[in-house]
Amino acid sequence: MGGERHAGWGFAAPALFLIVTCFFLPVAAGLLLSLTDFDIYAVASPDTARFVGLANYGRLLADPVFRQALGNTLYFVVVGGPLSVAVSLAAALLLASKLARFPTFYRSVYFAPVVTTLVAVAVVWRYLDHPRYGLLDQALGAIGIRPIDWLGDPHWAMPAIIVLAVWKNFGYNMLILIAGLQRIPDELYEAAALDGAGWWSRFRHVTLPGLGPMLLFVSVLTMLGNFQLFAEPYVMTQGGPLRSTTTLVMLMYEEGFRWWRMGHAATIACLHLVMMLAGTLLHLRMQHEAR
Amino acid sequence: MSGRRAQSLALNLALAGGAALTLAPLLWMVSASFMPAGQTNSLPPHLLPAPPVLDHYRALFARLHLARAFANSTTIAVSATMLAVLINGMAGFAFAKLRFAGRDRIFRLLLIGLVIPVQVGMLPLFLLFKSLGLVNTLAGAAIPSCATIFGIFMVRQYALGIPDELLDAARIDGASEARIFFAIALPQLKPILVTLGLFTFLSTWNDFLWPLVILSDDAKYTLPVALASLSGEHVQDTELMMAGAVLTVIPVLVVFLILQRHYVRGLLAGGVKG
Repeated sequence: MGGERHAGWGFAAPALFLIVTCFFLPVAAGLLLSLTDFDIYAVASPDTARFVGLANYGRLLADPVFRQALGNTLYFVVVGGPLSVAVSLAAALLLASKLARFPTFYRSVYFAPVVTTLVAVAVVWRYLDHPRYGLLDQALGAIGIRPIDWLGDPHWAMPAIIVLAVWKNFGYNMLILIAGLQRIPDELYEAAALDGAGWWSRFRHVTLPGLGPMLLFVSVLTMLGNFQLFAEPYVMTQGGPLRSTTTLVMLMYEEGFRWWRMGHAATIACLHLVMMLAGTLLHLRMQHEAR
Repeated sequence: MSGRRAQSLALNLALAGGAALTLAPLLWMVSASFMPAGQTNSLPPHLLPAPPVLDHYRALFARLHLARAFANSTTIAVSATMLAVLINGMAGFAFAKLRFAGRDRIFRLLLIGLVIPVQVGMLPLFLLFKSLGLVNTLAGAAIPSCATIFGIFMVRQYALGIPDELLDAARIDGASEARIFFAIALPQLKPILVTLGLFTFLSTWNDFLWPLVILSDDAKYTLPVALASLSGEHVQDTELMMAGAVLTVIPVLVVFLILQRHYVRGLLAGGVKG
């Protein structure tokens, strides 16, 4: 049917046009941009940009600021990601238990931070983290822990951001994991219980394998999200103190849109992409070997 | 079985404790927004405003033009949502139910795009929008959200469930493809389109990096950009900033609470089938 063929293209065309112009072409252009010295003069007249090959990559990999941003981003990914998934899993296990009262109410409560505006809650947490008046140090003080200058101390600023990120995001993975837990047949648990398996053994041999692919999906999603850390340090620390919370996306933003060194910024974005792809492959590999 | 009862008690206490920890920052935000200036910086700490005042909300609207940012955010989020529902809805339906040349190959190419972060294309997109005169316009902030790969994917997965006989019967009756889409497919797709609309609304309202890049004049700022900029200038005005945070967060929380069951469906559509 010719009508259907034309209609198919016609219906898909507006979306494809927008996605190609706003996403695929810019991504391809971004790869090319990283091979040029596109700077503030080129923003005004693009023909002044020159092809420089891989010079940006060499310069960047040798740049201590870039290395630090890379280290900070990996810190957030490697520590914050598993922590976030662990909290999500704990919450999902509690909520999926048959002993839980009011599970729908708790589910909504735990999920609420996910829909809130990141910038707004980062502003809130900036005050919660205050060393003198912040609720966090007040609460820690009540159990005898001395106040920590969370956002003013280079060792504690990233942990403070991780705490905010776990609080903000755990509800999302929790919902996905609850759905996964509900698909594990009760008979498996009953059989394990008959074999005399304790709580830990059931968790290890029934729950975890049952969640398998879902846990992988959630971990990859969290990792990809964590690689893009930007708004939290932008609002809470401006990348400080001593650049201890400057991330790759933040560096890209500063290079590209504050100093208009677009060639450098595009190089950061491309290396960022490479690392996210490598991280995804690493996850798939680990899953493969675990089987 | 007293062991079971103790277990149940421990579990429910853990749930309640978790809920208290989760809600505490949000409740403190609301409470602090009604405190007189300076009350958050007093010891021992106040948990409730004494007395509650509306000064900060008044200041935000009267002096700091937050109403303007609220209007900008609403314009961007509402228009992007309506367009995204129509554009992704049509495309998702086409990829599921209309046979056309290259359809499956294009769809596979689109899926590859799901793993590429937007930042890679952000710089060239900015230069493109600059040459089109879209920098510092609300349209420039909204356009990239009007068609998304994930949106098309979500609608397509759902549309696969529409029976072909329904569409073929209409074709035999001589209905045009456009009429089939609007009269037959749209009602069937309604639940997933509500979900898609909710996702789009929340993500455009909460978005920060792209509006920060594309909007340069504070008359065009969205709420998150305006709030981030205010929080730089008013670091000491805790209560004022909390009022700003409340105004930013409340609309999305309310929309979410009304439509939350649609949200869960969309999330699982991505998680379970993806």
